[in-house]
Amino acid sequence: MPSGVHPAPGSGRPGPTLWRRLTGRASDRPLGLLRSASIRFAVVYAVLLALSGFALALFLWYETAGLLDRQTEAAIRADAQGLSERWEEGGLPALVMTIDDRLAQNVDDDAIYLLVDDQLRRIAGNLQRWPQGVTVPNAWYELPVQRAGIRSLARVQRFDLLGGFHLLVGRDVRVRAQLRNLLTDAMLWALVIVVAMASAGALVVRGLFRRTLANISHTSAAIAAGDLGQRVKLSGRGDEFDQLAETINDMLERIGRLMDGVRQVSNAIAHDLRTPITRARTRLEDAALHAGCEAELRAAIERAIADLDGIVAVFQALLRIAEIEAGSRRSAFTTFDLAPVLADVGELYSAVAEEREIEVKVEAPPHLPAHGDRELIQQAVANLLDNAVKFSPRGGRVVVSGATSGGGVTVGVRDQGPGIPADELSRAGERFFRGEDARSTPGSGLGLALVQAVAHLHGGTLRLDDAAPGLAAVLLLPQASPMTAQSLAPADAAT
Amino acid sequence: MRILVVEDDKDVAGFVVRGLKEAGHLVEHADNGRDGLFMAASENFDAVILDRMLPGGIDGLRLLETLRGQKNTVPVLFLSALAEVDDRVRGLKAGGDDYLTKPFAFAELLARVEALARRGKGDAPVTRLLVADLELDLLSRQVRRAGQKIDLQPREFRLLEYLMRHAGQVVTRTMLLEGVWDYHFDPQTNVIDVHVSRLRQKVDKPFPSPLIHTIRNAGYMLRPDPA
Repeated sequence: MPSGVHPAPGSGRPGPTLWRRLTGRASDRPLGLLRSASIRFAVVYAVLLALSGFALALFLWYETAGLLDRQTEAAIRADAQGLSERWEEGGLPALVMTIDDRLAQNVDDDAIYLLVDDQLRRIAGNLQRWPQGVTVPNAWYELPVQRAGIRSLARVQRFDLLGGFHLLVGRDVRVRAQLRNLLTDAMLWALVIVVAMASAGALVVRGLFRRTLANISHTSAAIAAGDLGQRVKLSGRGDEFDQLAETINDMLERIGRLMDGVRQVSNAIAHDLRTPITRARTRLEDAALHAGCEAELRAAIERAIADLDGIVAVFQALLRIAEIEAGSRRSAFTTFDLAPVLADVGELYSAVAEEREIEVKVEAPPHLPAHGDRELIQQAVANLLDNAVKFSPRGGRVVVSGATSGGGVTVGVRDQGPGIPADELSRAGERFFRGEDARSTPGSGLGLALVQAVAHLHGGTLRLDDAAPGLAAVLLLPQASPMTAQSLAPADAAT
Repeated sequence: MRILVVEDDKDVAGFVVRGLKEAGHLVEHADNGRDGLFMAASENFDAVILDRMLPGGIDGLRLLETLRGQKNTVPVLFLSALAEVDDRVRGLKAGGDDYLTKPFAFAELLARVEALARRGKGDAPVTRLLVADLELDLLSRQVRRAGQKIDLQPREFRLLEYLMRHAGQVVTRTMLLEGVWDYHFDPQTNVIDVHVSRLRQKVDKPFPSPLIHTIRNAGYMLRPDPA
């Protein structure tokens, strides 16, 4: 790339606007914050983490504090059930005795009983007075009580007995309440920690995100500024970012190859066309300045016209290759018989070949159905044969072969010429490429490029192999696309 | 012959008109589509040379479509810088009889226009072509010269047939490639010359006067020896 492409002299980096956009530094405005994808991802991460922490805390709280409450209630209910049975069996004395017994046996000292008469006077139990507010039978109350001089918290249930007696059964839940408070505190703290960690994590996520993207955007920016040699660095973890980086690198490779191609073509145009243009110009100027007579002048002009015709031919070949590569010719695809095409091309060149004692042999089955652009395939085969005849030694033999292969068609052209050296084989299909040994023969270096373009248009390939001695060019044209096969099917059925 | 040239480029038009006049034709020139259409529709021409891209609101394609819409069958040759295969196809579909891309050699243009202009005449199907003592029978596929039978390959037969149908006219290499082989590209190598020289071996060599002549910088012509 010429240095003139850079936005500013010596700046390997893109312009400030692009840079800010790529790295999210354009957060001058509040809206800019949310526009940053890294911040969005970080916020989503934080919210998700906080929500799951909250859900976990809620679950734990329910499973511990809630369980303790439920256990207490179950114990109270069982207690009350036992007492009510005693009451039914033995009346008041049995009940009083049972209450006393239970209080005596209560090791944990957490049971609470109170039996009162209709005047709320205490008959038995370990509470001095009927607590205020406990009015509804069978309902649960949690209230402060004074027991043996200690203030405490109790969970109680009231039962009404026959004869106006009231019974209060409960448990001292002070310890449990403390535990529950402890748990609640712990959960709240945990939530605070979760939120803090979520925020910290979000920052880390944002950083990671930015760093990975910065890597890609750095590279893209460098490419945009003209440094095509840059590649995205891989972390080596093989993760999604690495896959993305690899895809981008593949794309860059392809762009690089295309750029090389363009550069190569423009260099070639500059060179291959400049030479004949220079020649034509020199001839004309020379004739204008030095021609002695009209005949001389005419001869010079005619030679210059021939030079210009050569230039036009190169241009036409280039444009045709470009036209083929653009793919617009696909609309002209039909299914046709390739066998007569091969025979015709063979016949066209056999005359030239015979003059040089070269034998052209066409080996093809009587019918060879192929799908594509008949005229282009014809020209491609003609180009291959033209090459083969051009490079064959006197008395040599050129074989044109056609065959079906896996639904597709292969066309091979094999000669006994010098072939192409192995290190030049891969470049032989490039525009204007001419092998070292081929420089002395006439030609534009566009023949194989056109064949390759035709092959690509048909989704096929051009393979060049060493036939030892000679060159074996194989044009592979794959099967018609399923769509075309379908569109042909009804016609077949109708016949 | 009367030939109409519809071409807006002054240099090209001047060159073509001068060349056609030198070749002995009567030439009219229009430098825009509107005038071209008017002249082509109101007068009788033997052939029209038509540019594709023309000023005046009517381009070459429109002009020809209008002309053909009026059942005018004058032979039309497109002379255009639009060189893609699709352009050519479009030109011929619109009713063009031939398509020549710029830049062009005048000899090629002249040969094609003369071939077109003469094609319209004598449409009766022929079964026998005769030039001097050379006789080609299209039914029995036999060729005789001075009563002597000449054996030709199928392609040589078609080549000779083409030359005889255009007897007295210049036939260029590309015309032969298109007319005899149905190839629409330049095969670079001098394949046509070799085929013609092989035909000469059989048709001219054994006889005192040659019939197939090489026209310098243009192509070939089959005609009786002026001598």
